[in-house]
Amino acid sequence: MRDALWLSLVCSVGATALAFVLGLPLAWVLARTDLPGRHVVRALVLLPMVLPPVVGGVALLLAFGRRGLVGQYLDDWFGIRLPFTTWGAIVAEAFVAMPFFVIVVEAGLRSLDQRYEEAAATLGARRFTTFRRVVLPLIAPSVIAGAALTWARALGEFGATILFAGNLQGKTQTMPLAIFIELQTNLGGAIALSLVLLALSVVVLVSLRDRWFPA
Amino acid sequence: MSLEARVGVRLGALALDVALDAEAAQTVVLLGPNGAGKTTVLRVIAGLLALDAGRVVVDGQVLDDPVSGAWIPTERRPIGYVFQNDALFPHLSALENVAFGLRARGARRREANQQAQVWLERVGVAEYADARPGALSGGQAQRVALARALVLEPRVLLLDEPLSALDATARVDTRRQLRRHLDDHPGVRIVVTHDPVDAMTLGDRVIVLEAGRVVQAGPLAELRERPRSRYVADLVGVNLYRGSADGGRIRLREGGELVAAGHGGGDVFAVVHPRAVALHRLEPEGTPRNVLAGTVDHLDVEGDRVRVIVAGAVPVTAEVTPAAVTELELTAGAAVWASIKATEISVYPA
Repeated sequence: MRDALWLSLVCSVGATALAFVLGLPLAWVLARTDLPGRHVVRALVLLPMVLPPVVGGVALLLAFGRRGLVGQYLDDWFGIRLPFTTWGAIVAEAFVAMPFFVIVVEAGLRSLDQRYEEAAATLGARRFTTFRRVVLPLIAPSVIAGAALTWARALGEFGATILFAGNLQGKTQTMPLAIFIELQTNLGGAIALSLVLLALSVVVLVSLRDRWFPA
Repeated sequence: MSLEARVGVRLGALALDVALDAEAAQTVVLLGPNGAGKTTVLRVIAGLLALDAGRVVVDGQVLDDPVSGAWIPTERRPIGYVFQNDALFPHLSALENVAFGLRARGARRREANQQAQVWLERVGVAEYADARPGALSGGQAQRVALARALVLEPRVLLLDEPLSALDATARVDTRRQLRRHLDDHPGVRIVVTHDPVDAMTLGDRVIVLEAGRVVQAGPLAELRERPRSRYVADLVGVNLYRGSADGGRIRLREGGELVAAGHGGGDVFAVVHPRAVALHRLEPEGTPRNVLAGTVDHLDVEGDRVRVIVAGAVPVTAEVTPAAVTELELTAGAAVWASIKATEISVYPA
């Protein structure tokens, strides 16, 4: 049980970090450029939100599996194997949860007055400097809210994880998977684990209440 | 230092085509009504908007030229930009705002902060160095914004409506100080405003824009004496007529006739200062060659003078004392006669 809880925390935080690293530039591109095809990119990014997670897991296997489109090269060239590893669980959770991050951060960027970025440019700041010193601090509330949503979604991820990463105790068996297994033999244990997840979710909700439910 | 720009931009309904040349140590004011394209000109010079046609050249360096494809991005242009409503970074202190440009250009934090402090002192807000922009008054924020642009010693300083966000008291004060800082700045200065008082206080030369075109450019005195559009005439507060002259008689486009002191022929403007217009309740007799019948449309009180707007075949505005208003019982709708001496009408070719 301790294994599952610890693994859940590691994977959900890892997935949130991955969503941050990939999602932040993506949100910027979607909100601030008129790159051709960005509507297609947005659709692809948001797809996991509406896709059944199990289907997402199948897609991940086809893409990153040992013989997958990308996976075979990862294995051949770098010796990286994602399926049925902790990294696989992180990728699966990030895949499902990242849209929440992108959507919230993109909205934050869109509501940010572009004059601040223009002012920074007239002061000689390159785009990256502007992003780091002006944009990021100003959209910090959106980034935090997006990260919290992403983390919560990743914590509860079941379908894509079990398909892509399997259910290996201590390696890929996160809390939701452990609850599923426990439920078949030990109802009390399943309830106990569920309560732990419930408590975590409530804590997140309460800590963000001012942002989402202002008094 | 010099700026040569021909700005051709299409933005929705606005087709902008403006030529603008400016020398160092000279303040050029772009004056015009809202939507004339003033800010767009600044944005083009700053590289926040690309040209469709034309060129922007600073000191011989081409910054934007759609024909040759030359393009220098904003962050590498030698410009300073003071935005309307200041656009200070809300998460940084006044000092950090001013130091931002120096840091972005590679200065160390200590040096940048020192220099920023010097500029905050120069614009008179040193005691607010640690304050966030949200805690500053409009006038203070505007000064910080000015310091933020000036600290980089830009070759071209662009100011977009620098005084429009201020209340009347702060405005007078800030305007006077702004003039001083502009005079101290060795580069080209371009100020956008829709306020003629700002234009007169700040500008050495004025370019009047209307609907994306230059309608008049020159020193202020010339604008005042020889306005070439209704907008400019209203700005400087004179009566402007257009018509065709034949000797001393000017047949006005909108109907009616004026008699001026002898003059050639052709398409002309005629200007009458409201001070030179006399009002009478009865038809006057005497030397004035122009006697216009009309009714009082409305009165504008301006300090110790009253401007009486008279509607008639030839509309005219007269400037009289409050005493005269009482004496002649001038109220809206009253029938009056306006007289203008021929020698008070200045005529110049259109």
